[in-house]
Amino acid sequence: MSDESHLLACLPRLRRYARALVGDRAGADDLVQDTMERAWQKLSSWRKGSDMRPWLFSIMHNLHIDQRRKPVIPTVALDDEDALAAPAHAPDRLVAYDLESALRLLAAEQREILLLVVLEEMTYEEVAATLGIPIGTVMSRLSRARERLRTLVEGRPQHSPLKVVK
Amino acid sequence: MKPMPITEADLQGYVDGLLPEERLEEVSAYLESNPEEAERLRTYRHQNQALHLLFDPVLDEPVPTRLSARPSSNRELLRRYAAIFIVAVFAGAGGWYLHGAAQSSSVTWIASVAGSVTRVDAPLMMARRAAVAHAVYTPDPRRPVEVGADQEEALVRWLSKRIGADVRAPKLAPLGYELIGGRLLPGQSGPVAQFMYHDGAGQRLTLYVSTDQVQNKDTGFRFAQEGTVNVFYWIDGKFGYALSGSIDRGELARIANTVYEQLDKPAK
Repeated sequence: MSDESHLLACLPRLRRYARALVGDRAGADDLVQDTMERAWQKLSSWRKGSDMRPWLFSIMHNLHIDQRRKPVIPTVALDDEDALAAPAHAPDRLVAYDLESALRLLAAEQREILLLVVLEEMTYEEVAATLGIPIGTVMSRLSRARERLRTLVEGRPQHSPLKVVK
Repeated sequence: MKPMPITEADLQGYVDGLLPEERLEEVSAYLESNPEEAERLRTYRHQNQALHLLFDPVLDEPVPTRLSARPSSNRELLRRYAAIFIVAVFAGAGGWYLHGAAQSSSVTWIASVAGSVTRVDAPLMMARRAAVAHAVYTPDPRRPVEVGADQEEALVRWLSKRIGADVRAPKLAPLGYELIGGRLLPGQSGPVAQFMYHDGAGQRLTLYVSTDQVQNKDTGFRFAQEGTVNVFYWIDGKFGYALSGSIDRGELARIANTVYEQLDKPAK
């Protein structure tokens, strides 16, 4: 597989991760687009034969950090149905929807680790390498992220309109 | 041999299925005698499942082409965006609504093909200033410009000197617009130049040229609307350009393309 097709093959996963990390569709895709632009520029610096994921996700991680430092103009995409339509009422989504609100309340440093471990199914070593932090930090943040999610979902009432389940 | 004490890292590894087999047995034994811990880890596993439920559908969504297209260079990028842009405008596709928290009026975005809206505040502010300058100076029937087109050479030399870079007045006569002249205006961090054009019917266009865009990345064509004024604007190196007019977007886009092409070529 060529470098290019390798990169394009990673796109759906980058989008999934970005969506979970950022929350809204437009903002997440903007992050993916920035990541891809940077990745195309730096493609020659990727070591052939190595796993492309840690390289790619670390690019996204760095861009996301830059973004978090900047003030954001709040925007709403008018053609984004998610922004306007009520969430689906499928029963199996209810738990997950509560979890989504709780996910937004996590510190970004905790959220990104949880998502790399759970969605990307990276090992803790891979997460540490991707984010450039010690593995001990990965473990403690992961543990705190899960526990905080648990207390948010189970403990105090959420502000989700879908709290009532019959 | 006495088993190693079970750590929190072991428990996390249990949740993620990352434990080697013998450690897995030890942790399983530990959990049997610690139901509260077992309950906690069960919850974490449910979290994992729920996160997949929630976000895995993204994997099956069609990927927008703006994400999969390979940009080869800034120049090409700009041209492609310009082309996509015009198509988007004519198709009336895609709408952004930008809420400026501290701004009294709203700006409508017709497409955001060139990237993140959250990053473009500086170019957008330039476009707004350009639109305001357009609205202030174009209605003046008697003295819309400081220096007239009859002294074009002096005008260009003067403006270039004042804004600290070589600027030119694009030739828009083939599109039916003649240069009236230009003036110097205060920009965000220094002087900016404004060239004014009109057509046979008296319709006026202005081209706003600033040189304080060093902090901004090059952009594709962007479009903003301020009241009745339509603005196409773009950043090219340290230059920021904004073409404003109360004319149809499609026509303005065509003129913006011409302006871009002319300014892109080195001066004769």
